[in-house]
Amino acid sequence: MIGLEVLYVVAGVFFVAIAGLSARDKTNPKRWKNTTFWGLFAVSFLFGSHLPDVVNGLVVLAMVLTAGVFGLGRGAPATTGPEERRASAARLGSRLFLPALAIPFTALTGTFLFKRPQLAGIVDPKQATLVSLILGVFVALAMAMPMLGARPNVPMQEGRRLLDTVGWAAILPQMLAALGAVFAAAGVGTAIGKLASAWLPAGSEFAAVAAYTFGMAIFTMIMGNAFAAFPVMTAGIGLPLIVQRFGGNPAIMGAVGMLSGFCGTLMTPMAANFNIVPAALLELSDRNAVIKAQIPTALLLLLANTVLMYVLVFRS
Amino acid sequence: MLSLIGIAVVVLGFMARLNPLLVVTAAALVTGLAGGMGPVEVVATFGKAFKENRYVSVVWVVLPVIGLLERAGLQERAKTLIGGIHAATTGRLLLLYFVFRQITAALGLTSLGGHAQMVRPLIAPMAEAAAESHHGPLPEEARQTVRAHAAAADNIALFFGEDIFIAIASILLIKGFLAQNGILVEPLQLSVWAIPTAICALLIHGTQMMLFDRHLARRIAEGRR
Repeated sequence: MIGLEVLYVVAGVFFVAIAGLSARDKTNPKRWKNTTFWGLFAVSFLFGSHLPDVVNGLVVLAMVLTAGVFGLGRGAPATTGPEERRASAARLGSRLFLPALAIPFTALTGTFLFKRPQLAGIVDPKQATLVSLILGVFVALAMAMPMLGARPNVPMQEGRRLLDTVGWAAILPQMLAALGAVFAAAGVGTAIGKLASAWLPAGSEFAAVAAYTFGMAIFTMIMGNAFAAFPVMTAGIGLPLIVQRFGGNPAIMGAVGMLSGFCGTLMTPMAANFNIVPAALLELSDRNAVIKAQIPTALLLLLANTVLMYVLVFRS
Repeated sequence: MLSLIGIAVVVLGFMARLNPLLVVTAAALVTGLAGGMGPVEVVATFGKAFKENRYVSVVWVVLPVIGLLERAGLQERAKTLIGGIHAATTGRLLLLYFVFRQITAALGLTSLGGHAQMVRPLIAPMAEAAAESHHGPLPEEARQTVRAHAAAADNIALFFGEDIFIAIASILLIKGFLAQNGILVEPLQLSVWAIPTAICALLIHGTQMMLFDRHLARRIAEGRR
C-alpha cells in the first residue's frame, strides 16, 4: 500500500539529489554547508523511521547548527534569463499552464478515486491527498519534460534553485510541529489553562466570550497552531463558563472558537508554513510582510467572531 | 508553571530576530528540561516529533516542476495573460482568486491552491502584471506588497473556507474534544456555524482588496514624488 513511508523515500531521494548537486556547485561559497544540511534532511527521510529517537534528535540538532550558526549559501544553477523566458513564453503560449494545473487536478482526482472501494488498498486512504499531490508532480513532469525538451537533471537543478531561495525556512514548519509536541509533553497547555481560568473575570457573558475568542487568538499566536490552542482554551474558558455557567450552545462555541484561533494564525511567525515560508518563497525582503498584509483583516475578523459568538451562542 | 519559560524564549527570540531554527530548538530544549525531562530524553522527544511530522515537508517535492516551468516562462505567460485584460486590477484579481479558493476549500478541495503550487508560479505574477498594466513599472517596495497580498489572499480564503466542509481536520478535532467532555455534536452542526464567519471574511477581506488598488496607486504616486 502506498502511504507515508513511500512518500518519505521519494522526498529522501529528492533531498539526496539536492545535496549532491549542491556539493558540485563551485559558485556557492557555502556549498559544503548546503550539502550537509540537505544530506542530513535526506537521512531523516530515508532512515528516520528506523533510527532510535535520540539519533533522530541529533540529526535535527546537527541541521540546526549547520543552518543557524554557520548559515546556508545560495547556489547559482544555470537557468534562463528574463529575455529567454519571454521568448519561450511567447512560443509555448498557454500550453505552459497545463503541467502546472496537472498537479492540483491529479491531487483532486486521486483524492476521490483512491477512496473508492474498487481502488481501496492501493493507497492509504488517510494519505490519499498527499499521495495524489506527489503523483501529480510526476504527471506534470511527464507532460512538461518532452514539451520543453528538458534533460532529467534540469528539473532537479531548477528545484535546487527554488529550494535555495527558501533555505532553512523549508524545515521551519516541521520544527514548529515538533516544538508543539515537546510543549504538550512538558505540560505547557495545562499551565496556560490554569493561568487563563485564574485571571478571568467571572461575572459577565460578554467578558467570557471575549476572553475565549481573544484567548484563542493569542494562544494560537504563541503556539502557532489553533489545534494546540483549542483544547486548552476550551477546557479553561469555553466549557466551564460559556457552556456550563451561562448555558451557551457548545457547537457554536466550538466552531466560532476555532475560527477565532485562525485569526491568530494569520498574525504570528510561529505559523511558519502560512506566513514565513511564503515570504521566503516569494523572495520578500521583510520576513513578516505576509503577516503585515493580514493583520487588518485578522483583527476585524476577530472582532466579528466575538460579536457573532456573543449574539448566537446564548440564543439557539 | 516553569514549562512556560519556553514560550518566553520563543517570543524573545522572534523579537530579537534571531535565526528561528535556533529559537525553536532552544525553546524545545528549555521547555523539556523545565518540564522535568533529562537532556537525552528531551533530544529524543524532539527527534521523535520531528520524524513523525515529516509529512509537513514532503510538499517540497513540487519545486522541480515549478522551477522547470518557470525556466520556460510560466510567470511571463501568466503576466501576458493578465496584462492583456484591462479590467483586471490587482484588487479584483486577488478578490476573484479569494472567492475561488474559499468556495473550493468549503467543498473540501483544499489542495487546489497553496503557496508553492499556485501563488508563486501563477497568482503573484498575475497580481504584479495587473498592477503594472495600470501603474507602469512597479517600485520594488510596491512589488513586494503585491506579492505579500497574494500570499495573504490564499491563507485567509483557505482558513475561512475549509471549516464549512464537514470532514476537515479542525471540525473533527472540535467534535472529538466535545465528545471527550460528554457533548455529542454532528460535524454538520459545527460546519454550518462556520458560514457566518466565512461571509464576514469575504466582506472584510473583499473590501480590503477593493481598497487595495487605490492604496497601491497612492503609494506609487508618493514614491515617485
